[in-house]
Amino acid sequence: MYRHLQRTILVAILVAVPVVASAELNVFACEPEWAALAEEIGGDNVEAYSATTALQDPHYIQARPSLIAKVRQADIVICSGAQLEIGWLPALLQKANNRSVMPGTLGYMEASSFVVRLGITGDLDRAQGDIHPQGNPHIQTNPYNIEVVARELGKRMQEIDIDNSKSYKSNLEQFIISWSAAIERWEEQAVDLKGKRAITHHRSWVYLFDWLGIEEVANLEAIPGLPPTAAHLGKLTSEFSDGGADAIIRAPYQHAKPSEWLSERTGISAIVLPLTVGGTDAATDLYALFDDILARLNGVMTDG
Amino acid sequence: MRTIFPASAFLLLAFTVPAAAQAQDDDIEALRAAVAELRADYDSRIAELERRLAVAEQNASQANYAAQQVTVATAPSTGAASSAFNPAIGVVFQGQVRQTDALDGEEEGYVLGETEVIMQANVDDKFRAWLTAAIALEDGESVIEIEESWVEATALPAGFGARFGRFASGVGYLNEKHSHQWDFADQPLPYQVFMDRRYFDGGVQLRWLAPTDVYMELGGEVLQGDGGSSGLNSRSLFANVGGDLGTSSSWLAGASYLEPDDSSSISIAHFVWKWAPQGNWKQKNFVFQTEYFERSDTVTDTGWYAQAVFQPVQRWRFGARADALQLDADADDPRRFTLMVDWSNSEFSRLRLQLGRTDDGTDTSNEWGLQYIHSIGAHGAHDF
Repeated sequence: MYRHLQRTILVAILVAVPVVASAELNVFACEPEWAALAEEIGGDNVEAYSATTALQDPHYIQARPSLIAKVRQADIVICSGAQLEIGWLPALLQKANNRSVMPGTLGYMEASSFVVRLGITGDLDRAQGDIHPQGNPHIQTNPYNIEVVARELGKRMQEIDIDNSKSYKSNLEQFIISWSAAIERWEEQAVDLKGKRAITHHRSWVYLFDWLGIEEVANLEAIPGLPPTAAHLGKLTSEFSDGGADAIIRAPYQHAKPSEWLSERTGISAIVLPLTVGGTDAATDLYALFDDILARLNGVMTDG
Repeated sequence: MRTIFPASAFLLLAFTVPAAAQAQDDDIEALRAAVAELRADYDSRIAELERRLAVAEQNASQANYAAQQVTVATAPSTGAASSAFNPAIGVVFQGQVRQTDALDGEEEGYVLGETEVIMQANVDDKFRAWLTAAIALEDGESVIEIEESWVEATALPAGFGARFGRFASGVGYLNEKHSHQWDFADQPLPYQVFMDRRYFDGGVQLRWLAPTDVYMELGGEVLQGDGGSSGLNSRSLFANVGGDLGTSSSWLAGASYLEPDDSSSISIAHFVWKWAPQGNWKQKNFVFQTEYFERSDTVTDTGWYAQAVFQPVQRWRFGARADALQLDADADDPRRFTLMVDWSNSEFSRLRLQLGRTDDGTDTSNEWGLQYIHSIGAHGAHDF
């Protein structure tokens, strides 16, 4: 048995060695938006991998062997942070044995550390549910946040992959210019959304609403992270029976039933908004993500 | 670039105008005329520049604000300064009410399980330390057992990782899992009999992870072991491979070899398969796992278990497990079948009902238990 195992291990090593990844810079992103951003700045010099898809709740991910293998090969790990990935990212980092992406190094980046975080509460108690002491982690729905993260990520890419730093620098500059133009376009499209009221499944959209001036009037989850209860939905039904909200919004990975149930009883439209790249068929990249979010919001909240 | 240059030249001119104007009054009118002319010519370009300036200012203030926020968030307040580096501390509470009709059954009625106290933190940029202390009642006496007390090197090169101290051996699948992570209230029979529930020991562990897309981990340990005056007479080797099948399924398989002492050895093979629709674990998921054990000294004993746990909706899980031993010395080979259902209000609380039927070859006995697992404080990430 012992000798047999040794031989198996030797064969495994021989098989393993030739399949080493060849891209200049391997980026491991916890969420699709950061993988998309790394590709915007990195272009062909970057191989970006997203640990999650837009159809998965990034708070509840298994620390899968395939993800450990990807972190092992990464030059940069970029995640939303603010404890969004606390249930699995530490396990990946601990098992991946990759010292260049450990917290505290240049290769480890929590995007939320660089933006103004909303929803920071001083009073912390788990009885309040799934709350994050460092604030709401879903920062990607405000395009200004994307830009701040882009600058930091671009800076780090230039430092880590010095050979291609010129390319990262010019790509970043190009991205900032076209992103700023896009923001202006989106803000024009969003003029009529200001002051509209939304019911959401979970507090996933606070940064989007902060940007567009939309008011969040209720959540389907009575306690963040716990499934919506019948009692709470009943209460919302009577509260919003005469309108009082312009849309019921959920992310693609959130359960459809509660919002459809409330929509049927109140007549308020229930919609799915892509929370990240890939969340809808139209949201193919970062630009298309915001195009689609605004198109969908305008579709139910305004006449245009 | 061509559009920016004349516009910035104009701006430069505009800024120098007041100084020049003070010096030479005569030129004022001429300059004003020039400015007016330029303004007319470059009106659209100025508008464009102003827009960019506005965006830049917005970004700058956003970045500034963010920087302040980071400083505020990371700077400990004076009151908390002395506790700012406290390790992450978590406590897991466990216990159960159980009943059995077996003649030589275990304790019945309310049984307090181990209360696990876990503390962990980075020591510095190269080491991380972990303590698991289990507080338990044994025959009415409170005992504190050090389950794990280890230090891990976090900055080794080339995919190596090392751990030293007392830890749960990396062999098998369930051995490293804390009792609060188990899907049933008790360990499968081979773990109970061959591993003394979980094999803990003191020593050194070295692990290496291949730089491949298929997960491939090799590890070995030198441990203190039982018996033998010289000590360090236990060793182990283990290899794990794993990956994904599409976005919904992932798997892990492994082989391990453990010599707990000079005269015996245990070989283990394990396989785990996890599934969730589109990989979205929160609402619905399924886990199948199985392990096979072979222990040899002068004789050879074997054992196995296979279990499946299904979560059809958030909070509720249903599980079934079969486990058995084939003991060379014993004509009565035990077989057992267990069912469980558990309800988790959140990630931190779980209530579980478990029913079991054991056939030890001559007699059949039944048991049931109602278990709770609650955790407070910091809770580390769980392995696959």
